[in-house]
Amino acid sequence: MEQFAPLVRSKDSKPVRYLIVDDSIFARKNIAKMIESFGGEVVGEAGDGCTAITEYERLHPDLVLMDITMPQMEGIEAAERIVRQHPEARVVMVSSVGYQENIVAALQKGARHFVQKPVKADVLYEVVRYVMGEEVLTPAGTAAGAK
Amino acid sequence: MKMELIQPFINSADAVLSEALACETRIADVNMEEETYRRKGVAALIEITGDIEGRIVFDIDPPTATQVAAHLAGGEVEGSDDLVRETACELANMVIGNAITSLNDQGFRFKISPPELHTADHGLSGSEETEALVMCFETDKGSLYMNIAMHYNRRRKEERAATVNA
Repeated sequence: MEQFAPLVRSKDSKPVRYLIVDDSIFARKNIAKMIESFGGEVVGEAGDGCTAITEYERLHPDLVLMDITMPQMEGIEAAERIVRQHPEARVVMVSSVGYQENIVAALQKGARHFVQKPVKADVLYEVVRYVMGEEVLTPAGTAAGAK
Repeated sequence: MKMELIQPFINSADAVLSEALACETRIADVNMEEETYRRKGVAALIEITGDIEGRIVFDIDPPTATQVAAHLAGGEVEGSDDLVRETACELANMVIGNAITSLNDQGFRFKISPPELHTADHGLSGSEETEALVMCFETDKGSLYMNIAMHYNRRRKEERAATVNA
């Protein structure tokens, strides 16, 4: 897999901490490999929306990558509940179902961005940089959101 | 079955399989199913509800499924049946999800269920109400099949038309 210049947290220069939420183990493994290539740390995984909420409370990750179509509780509802409790939470929806209505609903419920499957590593990398903004340092040592 | 419903699945399968498997794909065969569907190998089932209802089976013969899983996992997966099954489900999710995205953007409103392993040897047969179409896609890794059986939900369509006209 292509290697990317590592992204680190600007506050302590440690790896960005991720929670991956997807009912497919295969999809989680695939995204985890990409995160490793970004220099990130996967601190937790969840296979449904309910577990995602519990894991967010326990781990307080820097970024949540959340599938939409899942059993028990769908990703958009889980994102809404997480953001309601933690307005600072950064949730990026990652789904193959990317029609406009779905994307708008996710953004209205508090998601910060949307990535369509199949996920391309370079696209995910740029979305992480954009969503993390000044909280992450780019390879040049400047905040991603800085002009 | 209307071409407007089928074309997004063809486009999506072509795009997703080419991207995910990093190879060229081509449609080898398209058939209307007159007899009950017989599973080819590792199959994932996705149900559709909304303006259009039905189900899609994404089916890969076992040697191809193992090759595809190994390619996507970046290594050998011999003996890891779970990973092979997971691969079939996720590939189905991506192909069908992208097609559903296209149809929703055209104005059809429906949702899909999470993919489930289809373990029965036979699927639904086609009928006047639910036509079934089988498409075979050839790739460098082998052949993959999609069996699509869906129909317009007339009641839902009428309800939406009534809402729009009200």
